[in-house]
Amino acid sequence: MRYLPLTPADRSSMLETVGASSVDELFCDVPEAARLSGPIAGLPMHASEMAVERHLGKLAAKNLDAGSAPFFLGAGAYRHHVPASVDHLIQRGEFLTAYTPYQPEIAQGTLQVLFEFQTQVARMFGTDIANASMYDGSTACWEAILMAARVTRKGKAVLSGGLHPHYGEVVRTMAKFTKDEIVSLTPEMSAQTDDAAVIAAIDETTSSVVVQYPDIMGRIPDLEAIAQAAHAAKALLIVVVTEPVALGLLEAPGHLGADVVVGEGQSLGVGLQFGGPYLGLFGCREKFVRQMPGRLCGETVDAEGKRGFVLTLSTREQHIRREKATSNICTNSGLCALAFSIHMSLLGGEGLEQLAAINHDRTQALVERLTQIPGVSLLSDAYFNEVTLVLPRDAREVVRELADKGILGGVSLGRLFPEQADLHNGLLVTATETVTLEDIEEFAAGLAAVLEGEAA
Amino acid sequence: MSGVNTAGWRPSMNEVAPGDMAPATQSGDRALMLEEALIFELGCEGQTGVDIEAPSKAVSPALSKFRRKAAPALPGLSEPEAVRHYTRLSRQNYGIDLGPFPLGSCTMKHNPRLNEKMARLPGFADVHPLQPQKTVEGALEVIEQLADWLMKLTGMASVAMSPKAGAHGELCGLLCIRAALDARGESREIVLVPESAHGTNPATAAFAGFKVQAIPATPEGRVDLEALKEKLGPDVAGVMITNPNTCGLFEPDLKEIADAVHEVGGYVYCDGANFNAIVGRVRPGDLGVDAMHINLHKTFSTPHGGGGPGAGPVVLSEALAPYAPLPFVTRGEDGEVHLVEEENRGEGHERAFGRMVAFHGQMGMFTRALAYILSHGADGLKQVSEDAVLNANYILRSLEDVLEAPFGKSGPCMHEALFSDAGLPEGISTLDIAKGLIDEGFHPMTVYFPLVVKGAMLIEPTETESKQGLDRFIASMRNLAQRAQEQDESLHTAPHFAPRRRLDETRAARKPVLVWKGDEAA
Repeated sequence: MRYLPLTPADRSSMLETVGASSVDELFCDVPEAARLSGPIAGLPMHASEMAVERHLGKLAAKNLDAGSAPFFLGAGAYRHHVPASVDHLIQRGEFLTAYTPYQPEIAQGTLQVLFEFQTQVARMFGTDIANASMYDGSTACWEAILMAARVTRKGKAVLSGGLHPHYGEVVRTMAKFTKDEIVSLTPEMSAQTDDAAVIAAIDETTSSVVVQYPDIMGRIPDLEAIAQAAHAAKALLIVVVTEPVALGLLEAPGHLGADVVVGEGQSLGVGLQFGGPYLGLFGCREKFVRQMPGRLCGETVDAEGKRGFVLTLSTREQHIRREKATSNICTNSGLCALAFSIHMSLLGGEGLEQLAAINHDRTQALVERLTQIPGVSLLSDAYFNEVTLVLPRDAREVVRELADKGILGGVSLGRLFPEQADLHNGLLVTATETVTLEDIEEFAAGLAAVLEGEAA
Repeated sequence: MSGVNTAGWRPSMNEVAPGDMAPATQSGDRALMLEEALIFELGCEGQTGVDIEAPSKAVSPALSKFRRKAAPALPGLSEPEAVRHYTRLSRQNYGIDLGPFPLGSCTMKHNPRLNEKMARLPGFADVHPLQPQKTVEGALEVIEQLADWLMKLTGMASVAMSPKAGAHGELCGLLCIRAALDARGESREIVLVPESAHGTNPATAAFAGFKVQAIPATPEGRVDLEALKEKLGPDVAGVMITNPNTCGLFEPDLKEIADAVHEVGGYVYCDGANFNAIVGRVRPGDLGVDAMHINLHKTFSTPHGGGGPGAGPVVLSEALAPYAPLPFVTRGEDGEVHLVEEENRGEGHERAFGRMVAFHGQMGMFTRALAYILSHGADGLKQVSEDAVLNANYILRSLEDVLEAPFGKSGPCMHEALFSDAGLPEGISTLDIAKGLIDEGFHPMTVYFPLVVKGAMLIEPTETESKQGLDRFIASMRNLAQRAQEQDESLHTAPHFAPRRRLDETRAARKPVLVWKGDEAA
């Protein structure tokens, strides 16, 4: 077996050192009945590299990858071009095969990257500080709600109807067990975001208000107004950003009154990967630092006075505080944070702005073209790179029929909100820099044909 | 080692030895030992390493009131600068690719590159989680095939694939228990956790709204069965047991514990962090376990990446299977793979306790783990646990005459060997040994864990270390133990040859500096 270096001769000489006559003797603490004598039945035996490649290659080929089709999906996962150097650098063995940096003297590479990452995230979000990553945007969102409850000593979160329904579902699932109260507003097929409803739902028992920016339908809420209302009730405003590229054009939530900004960092460096691994981003005001979840990297000096970095404030964490920890998180998304950070370093602030501009430009072209199709209208004209189109019929069928034509034509609101019939004609479409004008033409022709087919 | 450089590298990489004519360098760097500034000190705003097309139109007027006043104050690096920055930083890191990484309970084994290649196939890497199901059948098939392996390897009825890491898997398991209790109309509050457990266990139980009660360990390093039985009662939701435990020992009473817990209506959660010791050889399902997470980044070699991503699928018994969270991938009676989400949960998965993540979990890790599993097969995986256990026992028996092995007398260990500072002379600590090991060119073992052993040193070599590699490690450890006995003062200030000397952690925590502020006016 190519990954196992011990030879049969090694094994017998080592058994001799150990003083055992067979390896089975080393398993003597396992009750005899539970000790298997041979390989588990019904499973295949070892395979060569070639055989494994063949097997997995066949499975990969059964999928329609985004690069092989006109592709317009978003809804919390965005396809961006990742520079080739990013994937090369994250495969440096010293990054790829390192553990969580518990021994800082030989982990300065990872630690310095985390310090740079925290700074990049904080500056992008407009927050004082940021942590070293969470699992993904949805779990970061729940952790933010928990932190707000610790900070405010209250336990009711108000979720905007514009929050990604899967994020909402994660929050509601977790809250069932922790007994936190969650007020979930219902999304509406409207050009307006539900700012007024969010503000109306805030009262003095509210610990946090959760607003997505841009929201799940591509609209942009007025954060300042919501922040004001939240702060008046001594609640925290948590802003969720599922598309960080938007922050190249849109004002940073932290500059608009957000107390906590969380998000999904997958857009930069990480890729689609069928949903994971992704990258939870978490930024907030400095005064909450001791209530934050997750790892934090901090600057210090070594015994010779040289600048260096360490994981810090670990007294918040599970390996020290055990059941009193701020979170149970241990392993996070280190390598995804590295990929994000490299991509962001290549872009710089201005590159992010340019990237945002071309995303918005492509989406404008998409909207312009698709709304020429009879029966297709735009829900809201304030958008970044994602919009809701209103179709004359259930968008779920339309998406499936487009897929039959080899077009990956967005995400239906019916898939995201199956219980809400009033949203079922909504189609969420995204155009990033990876979309060409030819893709848009092909999509438009396909969509027109699918919709006409129904009329015929 | 046939005489080539047997004296090692020059002894004074950081310090100029007396009589050495080596000059101080102008740059502060020394040949291949390169310092690296922060990107904020290297790059400049306005620079970018990505060529981006200019937009053809102006930003739409409806967006103008939301516009950012200024681009984020972040420097850009050209590609050559970026490649150097990260390459230079990488060289300040230790990784498995450089040498043994014997962190106990972390299972730092070789990360096969085939797995990286497979995960990067466009059919896996470049598909969106919300694509229509018929365009992602191969991806769902990967999830299902991995799930099938995990169930068969553990002898369990079902598996929840979406948890993102071990601690998230623990949470998933406890939430399944909570949901099962809810379905029975019971609100049990207590979860029993042994003192030797990973910190995530009690943290997770608290996170899931349970009260934690600790169970003591016996002098032999195992769960105290009698103490556990005394705590069992109608308010106990379950126990969390790590098996093999964090002392590196198998819990022979697990089946009896499980029976006793089931007797009073509770459930058994097994922390599967140490599954590498028994994979392919023992099925936790045969021992009465109801839920166990599997760290794909440990047992199944997905790279740890300097702190993740991990993946923590949770295998479930018949009793807990109905409550597994959405999304859920299953092979139907028609032989086809189906995806169950909120929309179609009525199709046999109506009791799911909810959703833990936005999408399908760690797909990129699933592909890697499946490639690893297929490569080994049932026979190779059995060999994995056997070699892992043999390697650990080899270390235990090769060091127990120079280091105190608190449970060395109680029989063989499993995949990790535990030592303590008990035999070290006054003034020499476990930390000194660990830092000394850094100078020897090895990553240290896990230190001061488990908490039940004072000054613990937990060494997990894994099966991917060769005998020659183990012999070199053992020789270094023996040398360190001898230096300790000789009260070698230089151990207190180790490491001497790493990119940094010991770092001031107190200073970092007292006034935390978490972001760079060098461009802000003082």
